Amino acid sequence: MSPTDVAVQETAASAATHPIVNDLNIQVATVNGSGSQTANMVLFRSIFQMGIPVSGKNLFPSNIAGLPTWYTIRASKDGYVGRKREVDILVAMNIETARDDVMGLESGAMVVYDEPLKLSALRDDLIFYPVPFDTLVAASCPDAKLRRLVRNTIYDGVLAQLLRIDRQQIEAALKRQLGRKVKALSINQAALESGYEYAAEHLTKQDPFVFEPMERTRGKILIDGNAAAALGALMAGVTVVAWYPITPSSSLCETLIDYLRKYRIDSETGKATFAVIQAEDEVAAIGMTIGAGWAGARSMTSTSGPGISLMAEFTGLGYYAEVPAVIFDVQRVGPSTGLPTRTAQGDILSTAVLSHGDTKHLLLLPASVAECYSMATQAFDLAERFQTPVFIMSDLDLGMNTWMSDSFEYPTTPPDRGKLLDADTLARLGDWGRYRDVDGDGIPYRSLPGDGMPAYFCRGSGHDANAQYSERAEDYENNLTRLARKFDTARGAMPAPVIEREGDGPIGVIAYGSTHWAMLESCDQLRQQAGVRPAYFRLRAFPFSSDLGAFIDRCERVYVVEQNRDAQMLALMRMELSPDRLAKLRSVLHFNGLPVDARTITDAILAQEGQALAPVTDAQIA
Amino acid sequence: MATTASTPRKKVNRIGLELRPYRGSKTTLCAGCGHNAISERIIDAFFEMGIEPSRVMKLSGIGCSSKSPAYFLGGSHGFNGVHGRMPSIGTGAVIANKQMIAIGVSGDGDSGAIGIGQFVHLMRRNLPIIYIIEDNGCYGLTKGQFSPTADLGSKLKTGVVNDLPPLDMCTLAIELGASFVARSFSGDKKQLTSVLKAALSHRGTAMLDVISPCVTFNDHVGSTKSYAYSKDHDEPLGEVNFIPYFQEIDVEYEAGSTYSVKMHDGSHLLLKKLDADYDPTDRLEATRLLHETRRRGEFATGVLYVEPDKEDFIELLNLVDAPLASLPLEQVRPTERAFAEIMEGLR
Repeated sequence: MSPTDVAVQETAASAATHPIVNDLNIQVATVNGSGSQTANMVLFRSIFQMGIPVSGKNLFPSNIAGLPTWYTIRASKDGYVGRKREVDILVAMNIETARDDVMGLESGAMVVYDEPLKLSALRDDLIFYPVPFDTLVAASCPDAKLRRLVRNTIYDGVLAQLLRIDRQQIEAALKRQLGRKVKALSINQAALESGYEYAAEHLTKQDPFVFEPMERTRGKILIDGNAAAALGALMAGVTVVAWYPITPSSSLCETLIDYLRKYRIDSETGKATFAVIQAEDEVAAIGMTIGAGWAGARSMTSTSGPGISLMAEFTGLGYYAEVPAVIFDVQRVGPSTGLPTRTAQGDILSTAVLSHGDTKHLLLLPASVAECYSMATQAFDLAERFQTPVFIMSDLDLGMNTWMSDSFEYPTTPPDRGKLLDADTLARLGDWGRYRDVDGDGIPYRSLPGDGMPAYFCRGSGHDANAQYSERAEDYENNLTRLARKFDTARGAMPAPVIEREGDGPIGVIAYGSTHWAMLESCDQLRQQAGVRPAYFRLRAFPFSSDLGAFIDRCERVYVVEQNRDAQMLALMRMELSPDRLAKLRSVLHFNGLPVDARTITDAILAQEGQALAPVTDAQIA
Repeated sequence: MATTASTPRKKVNRIGLELRPYRGSKTTLCAGCGHNAISERIIDAFFEMGIEPSRVMKLSGIGCSSKSPAYFLGGSHGFNGVHGRMPSIGTGAVIANKQMIAIGVSGDGDSGAIGIGQFVHLMRRNLPIIYIIEDNGCYGLTKGQFSPTADLGSKLKTGVVNDLPPLDMCTLAIELGASFVARSFSGDKKQLTSVLKAALSHRGTAMLDVISPCVTFNDHVGSTKSYAYSKDHDEPLGEVNFIPYFQEIDVEYEAGSTYSVKMHDGSHLLLKKLDADYDPTDRLEATRLLHETRRRGEFATGVLYVEPDKEDFIELLNLVDAPLASLPLEQVRPTERAFAEIMEGLR
C-alpha cells in the first residue's frame, strides 16, 4: 500500500463520517460544439428538481466549435448563487486543459476524468475517478456517428451515482431537455444508464460530496436574463423591435421573436401586432427604434458594448429631440472587441453620458432575472414618461446564464404612455409648444404623427420651446436647463435602491447589477470571518436616488463594488455627490472577465480595512 | 337690389384645402437654390393630389437638402435626424404608423457617402416612402466640398478637380430593389411635378434623384451639376404624364407612341416615348439606358424604372391594419392566462 492509498483511505473514512451535503461546486471542462450543453443542463436541472438551490455559469469561447469551454454548477444549501472560485468536483473531458484544470484544484477536490488522460498521476491530494468514456459510449450507442453527441451524458450518470442524485430526477431532467426528440432521448438515456452502472460497479466512493433532497426550489422558475428581459418587453406591449446580432445580447431578441410569434399574432386576421427588423447595423437598429418611438410605437433594440458605441450619436438625438427608446445593453468585456463571451460592468460610465454635448441618460440596473423582467417592462413606461432613451444595463452573466427565480408577476398597471397631447390638454394649455414646460417638471407634451393633434418639426439641431429652429443663446440655455430639470424629475421615478443588509458598524457597501449575488455572500463572509456587519445598499438606477447620500452619511467608509477597472459607478457618483461624501468612498474592483465571486470581494474589503478591524472573537462571530 | 362685392374665391384642391397648409416656413437656403424649387414642386404635387398634410411624415438627414422639409407641408409632422440616417428613422416611423405617407429628403452626401449603407438597405426593403435626393454634387453646408455624385473631372471654385468617378444613385437604386426610380431636374417644373405625383401613387420605395444646382458652390463653368450644364445635357425620356386614379383618363395620346403603366392604386403613368421603345418596367433596359446616357455625358430624366406591384416592406411584415403606435392594450399584452402558461413552462 502506497502512502497515497493511505491518504485516500483516510479521506474516504472521513467522507463517510463528515459528508458535505448540498454545498459543492462542479466544473465540467469540455470542448465547445461537443454537445456538452445538454449534459450540463440535465445535471443542473436535476439538482434544481431535488429542491436544492443551484446556479450555473457557462464559461465559453468566442468560437463555434473546438475551443475549451467550462460549465460550473454550484449547489448551495444556503442559497448562494454567485460564482464560487473553488472547484470541488472537476469533470475533465478536454485533453487541452485537463492538466491545468487539475493543477488549479484545492486539495481534497474530486476529479472524474476520461481514463486515457491519466490524470491521477498529477497529484496525490485529490480523489480521482477514471471513466473509460470511449468504451462506454461504444457499448451504449451503436451508431458511431452519434457517439460524439452522447459521450458527455455519461458523466451525468457517473455523477448521479457518485453524488446520489435522485435517479428519477435526472431521468426527468433528461426528458425535459430532449423531450420532443425521441431518438436523441433514447440514446441519451442509454448513455446516462451506462455511466450510472459503470460508477456503481467500478468506482468506490471516496469523496465527501452528496446531494440530499431539499424544499428550497419549490415553485421557482429557471430562466436566463435575456429571456426574462424579452418577456418584460412582451408584457410592456413592445411593437417595434430593431436589432443587430451581437454576443451576448442576440438571444434577447431571438427569444422575444419566439414569444411575439406565439402570443402577438391577431387570432382573427393572422396579422402581427409587432414588427421585428434585423437591421443592417446597430446604427440603423437604434435609428429605427428612435423613428418608431417618435411615431408613437413602443420600440426597442438590444445590443452590447460595441453596439452601444455605435449608437452614441443617435441616443444623443433621442435625448435632445426627446424621443422615447428602450435599449438593452447586455454588457461584455471591452474595450474594443474585447472578450465577447466574458462578463463585465464596463459600459456604465460611457452609457450614462453616451453621445457628445451635455447628454445624460436614464439607466436601469437589474441584479436578477426577475429584475430583467420587471425593469424591461418599466423601461418602456419611463421612456415614454420622460420622452428619452432608457438603457437597461444587463450583462453576460445575468443575460446568458440560467438562474432560479420566483415566478414573475403579471403586470398590474396599463402602460404609461406619458404626456401625450390630446384635445382636452390642448384646450387647457391653449397655446401648445412641443418643448414647453407647463407642469414645472421639465416634461413637455408631445403629439404623434396621425393623432390629429398639432404637428411639430422634431430635430436634433437647436430649437426653441415651439420646436422652431433656433440659435438664440437663451433658447439653447433654457432648453438645456429644462432637460436637466426633467432628468431631476426622473430621479424620483426610477426604481428605488434597496437596503439589502442593515449594518451595525462603520462600514457600508454599494453594489449593483449581477455583482449583487457575490456581494450578499460576501456580507456573510465578512460577518463570519471578521465580525464585520456592513450595511449593503444596492443601486438600481441612474440618476441616483437621494437616498444614496443619506446612506453614505450613515457610514464611515463605503465600498463601491463593481466589475470594471475604472470604478465607473463611483465616477458617476463624483458627478452627483458632495466632496465630504465622496471622501468616504472606496473601490472594490473585479475585471478579469469572470463573474465576481464573494471571496474576491471579502478579501479586498478586509485588505483595505487592515488594522481598522478589531480581532474577532467567537462571541462576535456567533 | 343690393349688390355685394364678391371676393374672388381662393383656389382649393379636391379635399377643399387651400394652398396655405401645404406651405412651410420661409426658406433659409440661398436665393436660387435648386432645393427651393423642389420644395415648391412638392407643395404643388401634394396640393394637387389632395393629400391631407396631417397624413404626411417628413423625414430628412443633415445638410442643405435636409433642412428643406421645414419649408413645405407645415401642417405635417417632420423629423430632421442625424447625417445619413434618415432611412432608419423613416423605416421605424413607417412601421410604427403604416397609415401615414412618408416623404424623405436627403442629399447626395447624406445618401451617397455617410448614409449609403442605410440607403442600400432601405432600397432593398422596398419601404413605402418617397425618397428624394436633392443632388448638387457637393456639400453645400460645409462650403462646397465634393460629394460622391460629383462627376469625374468636375472642378471646385478653388480649382480642385474631382478625381474619383461618381456614384449613380438611380442605377444603384434599381439594382438594390427600389420599385420606382426617377431622375429629374429642379428647374423642370412640369416633369418634376408629374414624377412626384406618380411617386405619390406608388406603393413601395419611390427614389427620385433630382439634379439641383448649388448656386453658391457648384454653379460655375467646369461643374457638371450647374444650371447651364444640366440644361444642355438633360436627356428627357419623353414627356411624363400622370393621371391620378381620381381623374378620368381623357388625355389623348397616340397609341404606340406612349407607354402606359397602370399603378397599383389604379392611376396611370404615361410616358411619351422617344425614338426607342423604352419599357420602364424592364430593369435591364433601365440600367442600360443609364449607362449609355452617362457615357455620352448626358443624364436621362423621367421615370426610369417602375415595378408597380412589387411587395413592399410593410406587406412583408404582415402587420395588422391599425397603426402599431396606437394598438390598444388588449392587443399588445398577452392575457394573464397566457402569462401563467409561460411561467409554467419555465418550472
